[in-house]
Amino acid sequence: MPHIALPEGLPGIRGAMAFRPETAKPLNELVEILLLGPSTLTPAERELIATYVSYLNDCHYCQSAHGAIAAAHLNGDEDLVKQVKADFHYAAISEKLKTLLVIAGKVQRGGKNVTAEDIADARSVGATDREIHDTVLIAAAFCMYNRYVDGLGTTQPQDEALYRERGKQVARDGYISVSKTYLPTEALAR
Amino acid sequence: MAHIALPEGLPGITGGFAFRPETAKPMRELADILLHQPGSLSGGERELIATYVSSKNDCYFCQTSHGAAAAAHLGGDAVVKQVTADFQRAPITPKLKALLAIAGKVQIDGKQVTPADIAEARSQGATDLEIHDTVLIAAAFCMYNRYVDGLGTWQPTDQTMYAEMGKQLAQRGYSAPPR
Repeated sequence: MPHIALPEGLPGIRGAMAFRPETAKPLNELVEILLLGPSTLTPAERELIATYVSYLNDCHYCQSAHGAIAAAHLNGDEDLVKQVKADFHYAAISEKLKTLLVIAGKVQRGGKNVTAEDIADARSVGATDREIHDTVLIAAAFCMYNRYVDGLGTTQPQDEALYRERGKQVARDGYISVSKTYLPTEALAR
Repeated sequence: MAHIALPEGLPGITGGFAFRPETAKPMRELADILLHQPGSLSGGERELIATYVSSKNDCYFCQTSHGAAAAAHLGGDAVVKQVTADFQRAPITPKLKALLAIAGKVQIDGKQVTPADIAEARSQGATDLEIHDTVLIAAAFCMYNRYVDGLGTWQPTDQTMYAEMGKQLAQRGYSAPPR
């Protein structure tokens, strides 16, 4: 049971967002820009970074939800998502994404863990400053979303089919659009 | 030197914000709602929560700038120093102590928060909205702190700069870049 009286029937961050639509708005805008907005990193690559950080933070809801969105972007390749979580160095992803995942993993433990060498490694395989910036911010942002979801004791379903279905929906329509299905309409009008 | 080519002369998070205005906008808006817009917790109390979490995350820029904003709200920095050193002995309300205990647990990991922590906050008069906002302030500063440190931003040590910044933040909030 959640720690506070969140609206019922809305799992994970959705219940928290429906409880406080004012903060839901910037939270949804930030995730939409970072994971689906214009970028030289694909949405799948960015969702894999979000999934990996959520896995390191042991947030069941976030790693399942974003893992499912990543898989939806990857034509249903759930095995790749699992490989990235288990050991991304052996996953079938680009060298550039591997160096960005190294940076993301360090940000998850604390921003000061990122070294000049980590940045040089990412640059040497083609990462741009903007890609490095967005990787740092995706990792930092998921240290927020994960703590928000777990800190309120939100409902976190175990049913993988549910995440798979929602993952397809978010990959197709985006975070802001899908949020209209669970945020109170009066909040959206503001 | 910052890890990437951030605009020069902009300290801490303002360098990251200027580099990427698209993400700066919702990040500013979130801080403004949580820390500045009217709430049943005072601006000073909410800045103390932000300062405490930033201190636990060892982010110099964030703990100093939000500590200065808290001091501006509270009319001095004595309480700010007591809260970061040992909030249980600081001259703050029992409710704020209970909320700081929750914030400190969220800083480690959201799953650390227990029903007993929530019951204690409720027994001191905390509402669900205040508990929600405490959890989200603590979580959000786990983002802001990592963003500022993870980019290797410039973090000056000039205390007069932070005092001025704190006054501006306390008065004007977070929705626009500081002057």
